[in-house]
Amino acid sequence: MQFNSFSDFINMGGYGFYVWLSFGVSALILSLLLISSKRGHQQIINQIAKRKQREDKLREAKALRKKHNEKNEEAKKANAALNEVTE
Amino acid sequence: MWKWLHPYANPEVSYHLTNKLLPWFSGLAAVFLTIGLVWALLFAPADYQQGDSFRIFYVHVPAASLSMGIYFAMAIAAFSSLVWQLKLADASAAAIAPVGAAFTAIALITGAAWGKPMWGTWWIWDARLTSELILLFLYLGVIALHNAFEDKNLAGKAAGILTLVGVINIPIIKYSVDWWNTLHQGSTVSKLGKPSMSLDMLWPFIFSFIGFSFLVGVIICLRFRNEILARNSIRPWVRELVKNKAC
Amino acid sequence: MTLKANAEQATKHSVTKHTTIKSSSTESLSAESVIMGKVSIEHISLESSTLKSTTLESHTQSSPQLSYRHAFMLVLKRDLTIAMRHKDDIINPLLFFVIVVTLFPLGIGPEAQTLSRIAPGIIWVAALLATLLSLDRLFKSDHLDGSLEQMLLSPHPIFILVLAKIFAHWLITGLPLILIAPLLAVLLHLDERSYTALLLTLLLGTPVLSLLGAVGVALTVGIKKGGVLLSLLVLPLYIPVLIFATSAIDTAALGLPYSGQLAIIAALFFGSLTLAPFAVGAALKVSTN
Repeated sequence: MQFNSFSDFINMGGYGFYVWLSFGVSALILSLLLISSKRGHQQIINQIAKRKQREDKLREAKALRKKHNEKNEEAKKANAALNEVTE
Repeated sequence: MWKWLHPYANPEVSYHLTNKLLPWFSGLAAVFLTIGLVWALLFAPADYQQGDSFRIFYVHVPAASLSMGIYFAMAIAAFSSLVWQLKLADASAAAIAPVGAAFTAIALITGAAWGKPMWGTWWIWDARLTSELILLFLYLGVIALHNAFEDKNLAGKAAGILTLVGVINIPIIKYSVDWWNTLHQGSTVSKLGKPSMSLDMLWPFIFSFIGFSFLVGVIICLRFRNEILARNSIRPWVRELVKNKAC
Repeated sequence: MTLKANAEQATKHSVTKHTTIKSSSTESLSAESVIMGKVSIEHISLESSTLKSTTLESHTQSSPQLSYRHAFMLVLKRDLTIAMRHKDDIINPLLFFVIVVTLFPLGIGPEAQTLSRIAPGIIWVAALLATLLSLDRLFKSDHLDGSLEQMLLSPHPIFILVLAKIFAHWLITGLPLILIAPLLAVLLHLDERSYTALLLTLLLGTPVLSLLGAVGVALTVGIKKGGVLLSLLVLPLYIPVLIFATSAIDTAALGLPYSGQLAIIAALFFGSLTLAPFAVGAALKVSTN
């Protein structure tokens, strides 16, 4: 142990400001980079999930429309048949 | 001979590899950094000339040498992407660039903070600091080029070419700046040479250097993982993964 | 294999080619380039119809020397003709160079001693910026009207064509800078002994600026707002030239031999001459994608 007391340690033999400045800035930059990289993972996953949801919805809507159209066609056919019968 | 590498060209395999590596890297980085920095701050002896300001050395020098090394790693990735058309190499180059820029910035800031008590000014046109500054510009150019393209694949290729041009230029720039500096010398007080460091200073340095290297590994793994996901968002395996993890 | 891909690409692009040729008759392309375009089209149609490598090989092997030089001269002539039609493209960077240099005495003060001390640096930094300003027109207009793509598809090696374009750019922007530099040196009270050094460094150094700059332009030509990005990419690469050139001029002012610095600039010149066109070619392929 090179320092006798905690205040000695903070003071760093008069160079405290410079030492803690450089350690602090380094820690700040690295932790910001680390956190942003880590958070990016979840963000990207959520983005992809959202896109997937949208695509699923579109697909569902398409399928529904198709079904609807088919039903309409059937109804039309039925109508036509009915008309023919009534005529 | 290189056959064992081939499976890693598959994004899915690489993604799972990074996931497996991450805890190891983080653990080792935490252990080595804690030991190295505590040792450096508390137990390493003060320099007989520079006093306790010498403790900046344990951050400054690893950051400076890693900043160069990271650029070369990026250049290797860019080279393999251009020669063998590996898409993953593009992704890794894109992941590496910001890390290198961050370490270059750290080296510059700690260099300035060290220079103030030693040289009496925040900035001196010292050869090493100047070439570090130019290295930062090169990194920022690569990152800017990455961001300028909409298409990630094109961005990777363009940035790869720039990286390779830069890597050819780095030795030339470094040499020219060294030469320029010796020519204009006169005000530099102390060349921070390190004549045979004593062992109780060397050990904490080695520990913190290894710790920082693992930290670089951690951040690159994290970013690489993100790049893989962003570039393969349509693939079924990503879709499967997203289903389990989305919130 | 590559030939087949080439031919496929050629047929794909033949539609765009015809359109560019049509537009070329109006303004932007000179007669020579139209001829070249026609030649390459004939060539490509041959290739795609027969898909045999023999036609191409026999063509290039019969007189490779002539055809390379021919291609070089054609591109060079075309670029020079276009530049002659837009004279302001030549004059504006030159004016910028002169104005920037005259700003320095106004900012620093008219003392002859100070000015002669900083003259080499000012002239060289201004030359860097002027080159940077003029770089944009190296590929931009060609990219916009599609002739760049046509050039990349032509059977000639890209190396030659790119080299011709860069040489034309240097003739248009670098040479006038060299011619006007002594005048500015007079304004800045440059030491009399360093005039030769100034001219020699500019003569060897400005081609390096054009070559390295071409890499940056080729990378940014596809981007909409590439101007500022270009300077960010290119300026760090200019540093060695700047350092050795100004040092040569300074050394000359002291009456010492400066052949060492000149040799290094010459080495930079030949290094970039051999490597830069490859990088430009690769970058253009990415940008026109």
